[in-house]
Amino acid sequence: MVTLQINGKAHTADVAPDMPLLWVLRDVIGLTGTKFGCGIAQCGACTVHLDDQAVRSCVLPVGSIGSKAITTIEAIGETAVGKKVQQAWLETEVVQCGYCQSGQIMAATALLTSTPEPSDADIDAAMAGNICRCGTYVRIRAAIKQAATNKLQIMQTLPLAPRDARHE
Amino acid sequence: MSEVANPSSGDEGVDLTRRHVLKAGGGLSVAFFLIAAGPARAIMNARLQPGDAAAAAADGSPAFAPNAFIRIDTDGTVRLVMANVEMGQGIYTGASMLLAEELGVGLDQIKVEHAPASDELYGNPIFYIQATGGSTSTRGTWKILREAGAVARTMLVAAAAAHWKVDPSTCTAARARVTHSSSGRSLGFGELASAAAKLPQPREVKLKDRKDFALIGKPMRRIDTAGKVNGTTQFGLDVRLPGMKVGTVMACPTFGGRLASVDDRRARVMPGVIDVIRLDNAVAVIGEHFWAAKKGLEALRIEWDRGVNAHLTTDGLRNALAKSSREGTAIVGRQVGSSEPATGKKVESVYELPLLAHAPMEPLNATVSVTPDSCEIWVGTQVAARAQAIAAKVTGLPLKTVKVHNQYIGGGFGRRLEVDSIEQAATIAKHVSYPVKIVWTREEDIRHDYVRPMYYDRIAATLDVDGYPAFWLHRITSASISARWLPPYLRKNGLDPDTVENAEKPPYALPNLRVEWVRHDMPTGLEVGWWRGVGATHNLFVVESFMDELAHAAVRSPLEYRRHLLRDNPRTLAVLNLAAEKIGMGQPLPARRGRGIAVGEAFGCPVCVIVEIDVSAQGAIALRRAVTAVDCGIAVNPNSVEAQMQGGLIFGLSAALHNGITLKDGAIEQSNFHDYRTLRLNEAPAIEVYIVEAADTPGGLGEVGTAVAAPALGNAIFAATGIRVRNLPFDRTSLALSGA
Repeated sequence: MVTLQINGKAHTADVAPDMPLLWVLRDVIGLTGTKFGCGIAQCGACTVHLDDQAVRSCVLPVGSIGSKAITTIEAIGETAVGKKVQQAWLETEVVQCGYCQSGQIMAATALLTSTPEPSDADIDAAMAGNICRCGTYVRIRAAIKQAATNKLQIMQTLPLAPRDARHE
Repeated sequence: MSEVANPSSGDEGVDLTRRHVLKAGGGLSVAFFLIAAGPARAIMNARLQPGDAAAAAADGSPAFAPNAFIRIDTDGTVRLVMANVEMGQGIYTGASMLLAEELGVGLDQIKVEHAPASDELYGNPIFYIQATGGSTSTRGTWKILREAGAVARTMLVAAAAAHWKVDPSTCTAARARVTHSSSGRSLGFGELASAAAKLPQPREVKLKDRKDFALIGKPMRRIDTAGKVNGTTQFGLDVRLPGMKVGTVMACPTFGGRLASVDDRRARVMPGVIDVIRLDNAVAVIGEHFWAAKKGLEALRIEWDRGVNAHLTTDGLRNALAKSSREGTAIVGRQVGSSEPATGKKVESVYELPLLAHAPMEPLNATVSVTPDSCEIWVGTQVAARAQAIAAKVTGLPLKTVKVHNQYIGGGFGRRLEVDSIEQAATIAKHVSYPVKIVWTREEDIRHDYVRPMYYDRIAATLDVDGYPAFWLHRITSASISARWLPPYLRKNGLDPDTVENAEKPPYALPNLRVEWVRHDMPTGLEVGWWRGVGATHNLFVVESFMDELAHAAVRSPLEYRRHLLRDNPRTLAVLNLAAEKIGMGQPLPARRGRGIAVGEAFGCPVCVIVEIDVSAQGAIALRRAVTAVDCGIAVNPNSVEAQMQGGLIFGLSAALHNGITLKDGAIEQSNFHDYRTLRLNEAPAIEVYIVEAADTPGGLGEVGTAVAAPALGNAIFAATGIRVRNLPFDRTSLALSGA
């Protein structure tokens, strides 16, 4: 039996302590927003927060977590920084297939929580562990800058209408 | 496989509707005519088809379902059924724009649904099966979806006009309402749905002029982003059913090998392990969750019969390909002008391209529930009807009892045009009494890919006195994907058009040209499949690299050399000039910095990319910047055009720098993202995208960027170092300065 603090709630799961957090989240608790991509901490799709630190849940045994607070993509919007990052992701139209974006957003939120005004080098260092096969990197960088500065990062074709605009 | 829609092919292929097919004459269109003439002639249609009633009944019996794409309920809900599946390319937004433009609704007013499996209702107008690939979605549906919207709007307007007893031409539709202009009366689509459904379908509908478009051509926000930033979008891997178990598999690492024996005693007693299923060439372990299944799989003692490929190596395949290139029988794809002149400077090169895996972020998976009289499949697939057919075959159930629930796809790139993993999952599901989700590990995903073929290309030119090609000979040697995947696509002489795409008709003025192909099948068990950019990615690398070699041999700049040869091709010359201007071509650059050009006409889009790199003394490549200009005819959604060019380039650059699948003992040596690398954010260049719209129909955007990436990079390497690298992935050890 393992008890985990996930998104502000205690969850008890009857699993072995060596089971990676990823599979407890996805297959036991049913939080499928955190994705499986590689299983060896190479792609970042499974990134979650452990006390505000970005960690790869695919190689994190649940037995090692203890009482640390786990935050997943499902609840990151409840934090001020996470909400800002999600909003910037939407404003800059980052998403393509979207499969890696849970992990990207978790990594970016951890970066901006610890480093509110990141340089390009900071962004490189924090985001290098998250692969996107669709190649959305140009817009990810723009979105992080937008979240950090609250200044619109203009894509060449950025839709000018606000996100909730009516379309004729 | 996209050549039919390439303007350079000379075939009127972009709107290959039924009418066009019947009109189509010789050449490439014949292949499509054959497909069309067969018993399963399948193509989507803007009007009601025999299968539509059943499809609408299965889709909640909407009050108004005038075709396979539009459902309007009495409460005013407008649902659009997406013929092509969303895998990141933005087609759910683009297709909705085409439908909504003519229907008269806003993108904020619609809901979208994945289409059910049906070649008949959703057959791609270019392939004649339900398939999303080859950058054909927008090109293939451009007219049909607008027409489908117009059919529905015409009927809704007619219903309103009849109610008000006014002339329909005095009514307009917008924002999901029909309004009578002079009186200001209006009715919502939901209020009109039942009446509209009783009206006859209009034979003729008038489509809007381009100048009147309200949505098409505007940079629209994607409609699928909200759930993708908060984790709520359901991909295939996220499917959860009551009573569902999770399995994972290992197939014989050697292609074509079989399972000899398995000792599962340790696995069966492990906590959470439920079943061990033996297949012909694989073993599956099913558990309460993926982790139990994976641990169980690792605990098996498996003996493989590795079969005839037990000693297969990459070098062996390369040597065999080279031998076929020298000795094999070539099929001529295209011959123009006369044979080789006796005099003139000769340039000849060999280019080699490796096998490639797709490695989409979402590993392959399928969830299957088999009962005695039905089968349901939840899977993200690019070929829903093929998924249905293979499951029917495996389970022995009638086709109509097999239901495919398509899902958002976490990356396809061609891998999900295959149904091998679905066949396997259905086979496993047949053995158990509960729904089962089969999830491949990343290792299984890479080692059992349907790999992009390897290519061995010999290319030669004889230059005239001014240094331009007086004669051009390109001999391609490779396996054929189409021979397995879409046999009718082969020409009468056996040539697979995919293998010569973008080689047969380079955009340049080449008076004397011969392009030929030697078919060299891979050993049994090693399957080759479509990979982002298909034929264009292969041939543009060879043609554009060689074009740079010729410019160098002629002592001319690659830019000026291409300009001269594109003098009669204004669309392609224009994108070359635009990209060159935007990057500032001609400026002096520091040592070891280089810019490389690649030009092409792929998927209906003239395109140019110029890549700027630095090469370190040790040979490391830093991608600084890429500027691309693409003439996509009509940019349905410029936001998506830009995104696809950015992403496509990065996909191609990743492969050019890092990717090559190699074999040892008949098994793939790579296994995960550490040895099958992909570009990371810190390695990606800044990318600028310039859009030109110089035609009346849209081109396909999903693969153009990928197709021009490698040659631009190779040419940049040459510009920076003077070293020509002709094999992919680029070997950087050869680029180091001596003593560095």
